[in-house]
Amino acid sequence: MVASANTRLRLETAHLTALFGQHRAVRDVSLLFPAHTVTAIIGPSGCLNRMHELTPGASVQGEVLLDNVNIYAADVSPVELRRRIGMVFQRPTPFPTMSIYDNVAAGLRVNGGRRRAALDDAVSRALQQAALWDEVKDRLHTSALDLSGGQQQRLCIARAVAPQPEILLLDEPTASLDPAGTQRIEELCHALKRLYTIVIVTHNMQQAARVSDYTAFMYLGSLIEVGKTNEIFTKPKVEQTEAYITGRFG
Amino acid sequence: MSGASLRRHLTSRVMTVLIVVLSFTAVLALVLILGNLLVKGASSLDWAFFTKSPVPAGQSGGGVANAIAGTILIVGLAALIGVPVGVGAGMYLAEYGAGRLGFAVRFVADVLNGTPSIVIGIVGWTFIVKPSGGYSALAGSIALAILMIPMLARTTEEMVRLVPHSLREAALALGYPRWRTSLKVVARTALGGIVTGCLVGIARVAGETAPLLFTALGNLNFTTSVTQPMQTLSLQIYVYATGPFDEWHRLAWASALVLMGLVLVISLTARWVTRARYGRIR
Repeated sequence: MVASANTRLRLETAHLTALFGQHRAVRDVSLLFPAHTVTAIIGPSGCLNRMHELTPGASVQGEVLLDNVNIYAADVSPVELRRRIGMVFQRPTPFPTMSIYDNVAAGLRVNGGRRRAALDDAVSRALQQAALWDEVKDRLHTSALDLSGGQQQRLCIARAVAPQPEILLLDEPTASLDPAGTQRIEELCHALKRLYTIVIVTHNMQQAARVSDYTAFMYLGSLIEVGKTNEIFTKPKVEQTEAYITGRFG
Repeated sequence: MSGASLRRHLTSRVMTVLIVVLSFTAVLALVLILGNLLVKGASSLDWAFFTKSPVPAGQSGGGVANAIAGTILIVGLAALIGVPVGVGAGMYLAEYGAGRLGFAVRFVADVLNGTPSIVIGIVGWTFIVKPSGGYSALAGSIALAILMIPMLARTTEEMVRLVPHSLREAALALGYPRWRTSLKVVARTALGGIVTGCLVGIARVAGETAPLLFTALGNLNFTTSVTQPMQTLSLQIYVYATGPFDEWHRLAWASALVLMGLVLVISLTARWVTRARYGRIR
């Protein structure tokens, strides 16, 4: 059940089980996310793993290893960890009281970055990476809420990549976007995997097929099958996976 | 038109009319009060009213400058004490108040919110006026602050709770520590609502009389010393309205008009702050 062992290891889960109250959201999942690839996690609605939820409410068994260090170990600071992992959520969440510039700079400022010139550079680089620079470069200091939904989501990607994390987690990033916005985000996944290790959670199988190098199919919190995306979608090994991707259930 | 459709139509009409009538009844109270105050009080508003202190009973003329200054001082001082405590408590309740302490604070705030204001006055007399050896404006401010704190705590809590959870998650995901998330993202997003809540709370206590009767007492002379008894508009109205002289009644009406105007200005500012906030956010 290992996607590939020949690329440099970054992120891995080992027998991970996560409980949210009584609900067992993740059951004994062992997955490997190779560096500089896009790994898609697919599955029917409500069954997707939320292993990225680093919330205190979850009780976790097993390990999530980042460079062989268990992120749930007592001596790992959650704040420090979150700076290494950038996250983008289902709905765009720009900070409503901040300008476009301040939104992107937020993660840098909290890390102690205060020098104007360095901030300017980092903000423009992040916006360029998120393919938003050309649209907002003339109005960096206007409210982030004046942007369209798709632009806001790209702003959130810019905000997530500005502190230069190692891993980028996208939790159904196109769930609230129109097809054009969706396409832009998917193009970004291709462009950004050069810089980051990307994990994308999606309900949309076509999206997984389009953007990812590896695909993990989850059902009711359990890992059913994982492999190269083109193999999962053309010749899945498990009957259940085939049933799902051909639309017979889910 | 079929029977069912006709009935729906009629019900809709009747309800609409009913709602309009009820709305007007609610507004009518305010219009009557304001109108009455204007009719009976406006004629007494002159330069002397705002600049002179009261003259001895029986004489005509004089003003309520002492009471206007006193109101602004006592209410301002009350806000200075009450706003940080109330807003801080509200932030705590909304962001960290899930546990037993939060429950206790919330419960106490609700009980305090329902406490008659005259009881707060007596508390102020027992715990501040008596030990300190005399009535003072400061005691009045503290009594008003006690009245204000639970209101501000609960409205702040409501406003902070309105901030979507996704914003907190987004800030935490960027590596914000919890306290910084509360301060930089949550409080800033809720700021318009919090300021509005504060202004409404201030407007509410500006008209209070009962807590001041036992604490600030009242004073016929102009003073700005907070350790001395001090007059406020509400106390002035209380004394003048219950007194025997026509001249006093005239001044009471005018004072009531000024107090009402003051509260109205604060309320309008609150509306304007809210408008400015939602105007920007759309």
